[in-house]
Amino acid sequence: MTRLPAYFGNYGGRFVPEILIPALEQLETAFIEAQADPAFRSEFQRLLEEYAGRPTPLTECRNLARGTASRLFLKREDLLHGGAHKTNQVLGQGLLAKRMGKTEVIAETGAGQHGVACALACALLGLKCRVYMGAKDVERQSPNVFRMKLLGATVIPVSSGSATLKDACNEALRDWSASYERAHYLLGTAAGPHPYPTLVKEFQRMIGDESRRQILARTGSLPDAVIACVGGGSNAIGMFTAFVADANVELVGVEAGGLGLDSGKHGATLQAGRPGIFFGMKSRLMQDGAGQVEESHSLSAGLDFPSVGPEHAYLQDIGRAHYVPITDEVAVAGLAELARSEGIIAALESAHAVAYALERMRRDPSRSEMLLVNLSGRGDKDIFTVDGYLREQQASQEPGGPRP
Amino acid sequence: MNRYERMFAGLTTAGRVAFVPFTVLGFPDLVRSEAWIEAMIASGADALELGIPFSDPLADGPTIQRAMAAALDAGVSPDDCLRLVDRIRQRHPELPIGLLMYANLVWARGPARFFSACAASGVDSVLIADVPLDESDEFLHQARSAGVGQVFLCPPNIDERRMKLLAERGFGYTYLLSRAGVTGSEVAAGSPVAAIVARLRELGAPPPLLGFGISRPEQVAAAAKEGAAGVICGSKVIELMLAEPNDLEAVSSRLGTFVRSMVSASKFSPS
Repeated sequence: MTRLPAYFGNYGGRFVPEILIPALEQLETAFIEAQADPAFRSEFQRLLEEYAGRPTPLTECRNLARGTASRLFLKREDLLHGGAHKTNQVLGQGLLAKRMGKTEVIAETGAGQHGVACALACALLGLKCRVYMGAKDVERQSPNVFRMKLLGATVIPVSSGSATLKDACNEALRDWSASYERAHYLLGTAAGPHPYPTLVKEFQRMIGDESRRQILARTGSLPDAVIACVGGGSNAIGMFTAFVADANVELVGVEAGGLGLDSGKHGATLQAGRPGIFFGMKSRLMQDGAGQVEESHSLSAGLDFPSVGPEHAYLQDIGRAHYVPITDEVAVAGLAELARSEGIIAALESAHAVAYALERMRRDPSRSEMLLVNLSGRGDKDIFTVDGYLREQQASQEPGGPRP
Repeated sequence: MNRYERMFAGLTTAGRVAFVPFTVLGFPDLVRSEAWIEAMIASGADALELGIPFSDPLADGPTIQRAMAAALDAGVSPDDCLRLVDRIRQRHPELPIGLLMYANLVWARGPARFFSACAASGVDSVLIADVPLDESDEFLHQARSAGVGQVFLCPPNIDERRMKLLAERGFGYTYLLSRAGVTGSEVAAGSPVAAIVARLRELGAPPPLLGFGISRPEQVAAAAKEGAAGVICGSKVIELMLAEPNDLEAVSSRLGTFVRSMVSASKFSPS
């Protein structure tokens, strides 16, 4: 029996082999005790401020909203140490690992942002770190692989299944089921078996808490819509949580539309998935008729995941948040426009959220809205992917079609 | 008495423990899978533990992962697997047959429909590897209404509360894990399990079969000595199939030799 609620409506739970239940219970207990311990909270806070660089700024776009009546604010998690919001919760879980007396850390990573965050936290806190990463992701996110290695982590490529994030998740759980006595599984998003969805949300909720204070101080009012990209869903839940009680604030999660929902090649789990059980939880899941898990597609490795955190599935069911797809193409265009207009190179993941905001502002330029976008990470890791994508696009648009 | 109870009673009379091979249904395809299962039965397998291939088998090591992926590549569906089980059941009305499942395959069809299909194919028990005791209510209820029992994993780190729950809910046998981790013969069976076996017996749990890392005859004898009612052996079986998968006869004969060696090690040594 769990001490904290393990379910969000019908979603969540602990669907793992029995052997992992004691490790999950130990983690839940450590989390409850740590949250009640002022010493833990102040150490976490100190690391967030002095090491990671919190609070992150709130930037109002000077140029992107031109020609519309709207205002666009960006929460700058891209400026956090490590280059993405991932660093927040990794510091929290790193401290928890130490508190439980664990000496090793296991992690899975897609884009490599969580892997990098884990590697730096482990370097800082003196933990031994190994990161499972899909072999395909190792290839398309090579800058992050170098960074992890430089930070002292071991990167283990996973070639089973689709060789992406979902397979790295499986492999991390397999490892943990043999090593739980000395290793903490530092799960990278607000998904997986209880208590991770709750724990990761609590260690990411400062994104929304800060944003809410900042935008109120700056403008005197709350935003009309809060927008964040959703892969597993940690930056989005970290942003949404502070606004869930504000009924007039619309919550929009932006999923990977990939090549378009009709193509079947996407990562829009909340829009196209059915309830299922995978990666330790009941949630929305991309699956075939028999229940085999399908491979997702996104140019952005961090959104390339066939399931989603259970709380998002719940927020969607109760109508508190809604979820929209943005395709690879539109996301890349958003990334390029943000770069040229505001001098910010966003991560491909975050560019999905930016692109949605741009579409929304321009759909009805006379409509005056205040939009808050979580710019969850910076795009240095994606420059080769984006460059390759744009070249291909250019080639296919030239007369005579794609060059050989 | 159900088929498991009759099997265990017969084994006690014969002074043996059970040898239960595991394989992936439809690996490497339906024809060879059926032939090789029959070869193992003919050589003395006491019961069968059969896995329906799943895309993401997170409790399994590389060998069984590979077998599941190969079966899926061959286009094997859960319905194909149940039809295969049905054919085996027709030929072997007394043989206990258990399925090893992952939760999403049960969930996707709807537990009620899935368990009815199992019952119709002559399945005795279902073990869902990623449904721990605390999440098992809904599945258990549906399985029982369909007349199918549920088998639970008993890991070495289980506590008293969950052991009691297992004793209450388990059917057929208890899948006792010899060690932590995932399936595979790379890491041999581990720590002594005598204490857990004794406690399970006091609580009235179904008889324990020891699994994970079992690949040699001497491990069967050791398991019997620890008080286990038998062993389950999967990855080693798949390895024998993977060695020369295109030679149906050669694999059948190798499986036969292996099963006979494990069965002959399954006699109690009266202590």
